[in-house]
Amino acid sequence: MIRTAIVSRAIDAAALLAEVAHPSTGATSLFVGTVRDVHDDRGVTGIDYEAYAGMALRELAAIGAEASEKFPGVRVVVEHRIGTLAIGDISVAIAVAHARRAPAMDASRFVIEELKRRVPIWKREHYVDGTREWVDPTRASPQAAGRA
Amino acid sequence: MSVTVLLFASYADALGRPSVDVPLAPGATVREVLDALKRMPGADRLPPSPLVAVNQRYARLSDTVHAGDEVAVIPPVAGG
Repeated sequence: MIRTAIVSRAIDAAALLAEVAHPSTGATSLFVGTVRDVHDDRGVTGIDYEAYAGMALRELAAIGAEASEKFPGVRVVVEHRIGTLAIGDISVAIAVAHARRAPAMDASRFVIEELKRRVPIWKREHYVDGTREWVDPTRASPQAAGRA
Repeated sequence: MSVTVLLFASYADALGRPSVDVPLAPGATVREVLDALKRMPGADRLPPSPLVAVNQRYARLSDTVHAGDEVAVIPPVAGG
């Protein structure tokens, strides 16, 4: 059982947990990504998420199918939200249920890592000083440079 | 022929629009789409080799583009 979606409404993580629940499962993993109030030491007040909708849906569905192949028996529901989100809002939620905990947790990690690597979704952060910028994860952050 | 190239996020901001029509010779490749795109105003803000998708799949520079294909230039993704 796999369901993947791009949504433009609030994500209900509890509903995702209920959706993957099944008598045959003994382990359920829930990953929830939320909007954080700081990025690279800059205060953030909100984020606009934009998607290439058709391709994002296709890639998310492919990732769900790959998770099912790699971790047979997993039940996976993924929702990614687009639009303007406030601090603390859920941007992505991944619920994975399996008979055993290892595949449930490993599949959850697989889905979020693949999503971040290849699903065409972008975010524009709003900063406390009123400016807005598209986030480019391929650009080294000042923090990372400081640690290097 | 010409193809419509979809632009998103920072790339749409750079060219000031969400899509552009790019004139191409028949048999043109993804590389030639990018070359034509880079001659447009604002395209100097794009990286040297941005990712391209053809018909909603990541494409190679050598892939051929056909009339009617859905071509998109993909900025570094930042979902999650």
